[in-house]
Amino acid sequence: MSLSVAVTHRFPGFSLDVAFEAPAGVTALFGRSGSGKTTLVNAVAGLIRPDTARIAVNDTVLHDSDAGVWLAPHKRRIGYVFQEGRLFPHLSVSANLAYGGWFAPRGAVEPGERERVVAMLGLGALLDRRPATLSGGEKQRVAIGRALLSAPRLLLMDEPLAALDDARKAEILPYLERLRDETDIPVLYVSHSVTEVARLATTVVSLRDGRTTRVGSPAEVLADPRAVPTLGIRDAGAMVSAVIRRHAEDGLSELDGPGGPLLLPRIAAPEGTRVRVRIHAHDVILAREAPAGISALNVLKVTVAAVRAGEGPGMVVQLDAGGERLLARITRRSARALEIAPGLACYAILKSVAIAPEDIWIAGGEETGAS
Amino acid sequence: MPFLSADEWTAVALSLQVSLWATAASLPFGILVALVLARGDFPGKQILNGLVHLPLILPPVVTGYILLVTFGRRGPVGAFLEEQLGIVLAFRWTGAALAAAIMAFPLMVRAIRLAIEAVDPKLEQAAGTLGASRVLVFATVTLPLILPGIIAGAVLAFAKAMGEFGATITFVSNIPGQTQTLPTAIYAFLQVPGGEASALRLVLISVAVAMTALIVSEGVARLVARRIRGT
Repeated sequence: MSLSVAVTHRFPGFSLDVAFEAPAGVTALFGRSGSGKTTLVNAVAGLIRPDTARIAVNDTVLHDSDAGVWLAPHKRRIGYVFQEGRLFPHLSVSANLAYGGWFAPRGAVEPGERERVVAMLGLGALLDRRPATLSGGEKQRVAIGRALLSAPRLLLMDEPLAALDDARKAEILPYLERLRDETDIPVLYVSHSVTEVARLATTVVSLRDGRTTRVGSPAEVLADPRAVPTLGIRDAGAMVSAVIRRHAEDGLSELDGPGGPLLLPRIAAPEGTRVRVRIHAHDVILAREAPAGISALNVLKVTVAAVRAGEGPGMVVQLDAGGERLLARITRRSARALEIAPGLACYAILKSVAIAPEDIWIAGGEETGAS
Repeated sequence: MPFLSADEWTAVALSLQVSLWATAASLPFGILVALVLARGDFPGKQILNGLVHLPLILPPVVTGYILLVTFGRRGPVGAFLEEQLGIVLAFRWTGAALAAAIMAFPLMVRAIRLAIEAVDPKLEQAAGTLGASRVLVFATVTLPLILPGIIAGAVLAFAKAMGEFGATITFVSNIPGQTQTLPTAIYAFLQVPGGEASALRLVLISVAVAMTALIVSEGVARLVARRIRGT
């Protein structure tokens, strides 16, 4: 299962020139608004016709401008989950789910698939309802189910959570993780949310101004100081993996983390569970010597791997912690004072309470980015 | 004594026949033209729009005269229809139906066009990505969503056809049992002494038919709209 995309397109004042190969799993197209993400997925779906393109899913060529091949959108069999759901208001949830199956080739939707999707997305109680009576999160789950049941070769998701509030996002993210782990349909997932990308993606394609800036696993891309401008400085931060060792009585969980123990607010998962933790760059403090008499509970021994100065007073330091990468954002003044340079051994300090619950999640089955 | 005399009843029945045929036969064209005007983008769109609306603005007698010149037995289209297909429109009830259809067409197209413009094209796009071709998208998404507009347009056209006078009397005259519809019958009764009673009865029927049509269309459209919104 793979997706191969090479597209160039010219708008007045903007040009898109992107090429990437995505393996099976969830490929996140990541970038700020205006970076060309939606144009790219619309080209894959056939909703726009780019100047030149070669787009193929597995062995099926959807668009090859050199060979003169262009499949109409309804022949591409691409399940598109739109930001606003776009459920059919005159049909029940049940008929919305069935809609794609009416046009799929005979036998393409396997028997029992509908029951599986309904169970996976928790739609059982909604089947007789009309879209107008559903909450935003429910609508989006139905939209995902509808796309899945059209026997798609590929799922496109264009910011499927962007229109939802944080509570609804938290409600849907686990369903998307199940989707990634329980089906083998490749997914192209557009987002500008680092949290979603970190949790869901198996591959990240980061876009900026219509160009690909980086392709790699989320652990690599998110810990790349050069990706920081794309991510946005407030959201920059690396992702590490850790195993829960013990839940302490004082409400903290002790984990075996990269380069040493980590103490985090209580995680609702059994001991021995492998979790991912996203650590914001601006939450990490650097010290040349092991600090004493400090309230922060986590002190990791790290080595400076790379340093990148930003445009303002800040800079981003990439750290190596037991083979995993962390990012720290400090001021240039501090960097000068501490003489931060690649190869320097130092300490990264992290307050336990700085890690929010949504930045800790149970590692998915297919995750391979870091170990 | 029955409420209506035989002559009056003939006029009422003929009016219903003419209006139903006018509405039913023009509905497919009305939907097509509304679709083209709402979604199409082509040179000459404004000319088509103008042509459709022309009967609304022209004096009805002018429309009737144009119909007579074109569809009369010696008119280019009328002669062709008679020689090739054996269809005669002039001074027949079929001609009255044509005149009524043409006069009611702008109202029908307007109502349907408004309904089409209210359909979010993004829904149709979504249906396309789910594998439906353009024709199937229209049948499964667009058509159910514009159904209230189609009903409203059809009822409006029917009511207009029931009341059509000027173009009808110019094109097919006022022959009792042949082309005499409600309005032309009322006109005829008012021309003869002692005809007021007949005219009044037909006036009452006209008002009743028009009111019923409006109430039914409102009711059906509301029902369909509620079903479609899903509330």
